[in-house]
Amino acid sequence: MKGSSLRRYLLVRVALTVPMVLILLTLVFLLLRVAPGDPIKATVGARLSPEQIAERREALGLNDPILVQYGRYMAGALTGDFGDPVTDRRSVGQIIADTAPATFELAVFAMVVAVIVGVVVGALAGRLRDTPFDVGGRLFGIVIYAAPIFWLGLLAQLTFAVNLRWFPTAGRASGFDAPEEITGFYILDSIITRDWAALATTLHHLVLPGVTLGLVIGGVFVRLVRVNMLQTLRADYVEAARARGVAEGRVLFRHAFKNALVPIVTIMGLQFAILLGGAILTETVFSWPGLGAAIVGFIGSRDYSAVQGIVTFIAIVIAVVSLLIDVINGFVDPRVRY
Amino acid sequence: MTTLSTLRAKLAHAYRPFRQASRTSRVLIFIGLAIVLFYVLVAVVGAQLYEYEGTQYRVEVAPGEFEDLPQLEPPSREHPFGTTRDRFDVLGRIIGGAQLALAVMFLAVAFAMVIGVPLGLVSGYRGGRLDRVLVTVMDAIYAFPSLLLAIIISFMLTAYFEPGVVSAALAVGVVYIPQYFRVVRNHTLSVKEEPFVEAARALGAKERTILGRYVFFNVVQSVPVILTLNAADAILTLASLGFLGYGVQPPTAEWGYDVSQAITDVSSGIWWTAFWPGMAIITLVTGLTLVGEGLNDVINPLLRARGAAGKAIAGEAEEAGAEPEAAALDDAAVDRGTVPTLETGVENR
Repeated sequence: MKGSSLRRYLLVRVALTVPMVLILLTLVFLLLRVAPGDPIKATVGARLSPEQIAERREALGLNDPILVQYGRYMAGALTGDFGDPVTDRRSVGQIIADTAPATFELAVFAMVVAVIVGVVVGALAGRLRDTPFDVGGRLFGIVIYAAPIFWLGLLAQLTFAVNLRWFPTAGRASGFDAPEEITGFYILDSIITRDWAALATTLHHLVLPGVTLGLVIGGVFVRLVRVNMLQTLRADYVEAARARGVAEGRVLFRHAFKNALVPIVTIMGLQFAILLGGAILTETVFSWPGLGAAIVGFIGSRDYSAVQGIVTFIAIVIAVVSLLIDVINGFVDPRVRY
Repeated sequence: MTTLSTLRAKLAHAYRPFRQASRTSRVLIFIGLAIVLFYVLVAVVGAQLYEYEGTQYRVEVAPGEFEDLPQLEPPSREHPFGTTRDRFDVLGRIIGGAQLALAVMFLAVAFAMVIGVPLGLVSGYRGGRLDRVLVTVMDAIYAFPSLLLAIIISFMLTAYFEPGVVSAALAVGVVYIPQYFRVVRNHTLSVKEEPFVEAARALGAKERTILGRYVFFNVVQSVPVILTLNAADAILTLASLGFLGYGVQPPTAEWGYDVSQAITDVSSGIWWTAFWPGMAIITLVTGLTLVGEGLNDVINPLLRARGAAGKAIAGEAEEAGAEPEAAALDDAAVDRGTVPTLETGVENR
């Protein structure tokens, strides 16, 4: 019985993801290929002769009927071919391979900070409802959410990099400091090559952007955890546990928190998925060479093809990660299944 | 007389959830409202009273004779918040920025609501294939990183329009449509099974009437929370767009753009050009969020303190009516944690 309901749940989830990916890709195509017009004219058009423009158009397949382009785009996207930019010699796939590791490291670091802050402060605030700690925790959540991250980042740079000189202002480890590139993931590379100095530099560079981004997201998690704790703390089984004399810490984390986990894990997972698509503002402020910064750069040079390719990749990542979260929830919690 | 007393009764009825809400929630709402009101005053009255405009870099000392404003002057009596590299008065730009932010916020939220609410009503009421398609499309938009979507849309719109208030509002607002859609749709699903809707249908009321009169007023109560939280988010998104250079046309006063222009000042000890616009964003967004959070506590009875709500409602038949209303959001959405009550919004920075 149990097996079949789980299988059914997984099948439905997968079946729902397919149209979602198709719709997302179609939206991306409409927004970035159909709507804005000719990518060649928008970028390098002024510098090329009409013949050269025609040649570039032909090379990018822009002369084909829009439906043919759509078919080619969808087929490419689903097989991992994200097309070619107009203003960069690398393919979009190569650009993603170059920038995604930086984004991934930042995302993981920020998530760790955010989850610790969110779970600890949120759970305690929920438990200590309407006490000064709760009010303080909520206010922290609200005010840090309200602070534009580019402004917080500027403040952090000024304080911890310019004045105190504790951390580098911006960027990833570079030049001699950087580990020998094998995977592009600096932490992994420096561990593989046992280059501990490079590992230290990599982490050192990660602190400011990672903590800034982590605190802002942590503020959202505080509210999320608190609200879900409030709801489970009212449940009868929590009361029952207390009545049996279970220690309060255990009640809080084993009984209440565990049952509040599904929505919390879901939102945290979605948040992580979105971070994997690039923290646009954080990467811009801290000159972090990730996906978000790459998109901003290509938008700046009006390179629709590049933006379209990267955004397609992000859309697929998000769809796959949300599917994974649902699958994990299905395994963990039988209430989620159909 | 009777109209007055019914009005009073109605007001008392509308106020009752506030009475039942915890003290903290009420305090939150009122502080938030005070902040928002302050900014409305700044935008409306401040511009009339203050002598410098946001984009003004010189003053007319005699007819036809101009004198430039000082460059990067620290806060002084003449310029309480200082001046910028471009000789703009910072306070003047804060006031101009407030006008722009409030206008964009209002348009963006209104735009999302005008599209999202009716779609949600129809989708939830009719069900079937239309519903399935709309839900999938809306889910797809909802799953997409909101800032990225806003950037793409504003980028796309610049191919057709001069960047301005309306295009900024469209870019900011599209992202919110799925939130209204989901809440209204899920709520409609449960309300349409209620006896009064069935009665209306049995009496031969047109679909328009049923949706517009019976269903609408029962589902619309879930909208204010989303509305205020979206308004807060809209201010942030507009500032982010401005910071990245995809907002309104410079040199229009816009807080995010002003922060981006101040980056180089900061390291040379000039703090006032970045500090004030940042503070303006934080305070206005905090105000709106406080209102939203407070309203959420008031409207969603599950979040009310057990004691407080229990005491206030004890003996009133209301309790039975209140709980299912919160439970009306469909179970799958609750399980997946994607109920857009939005204290759970995903951040895209």
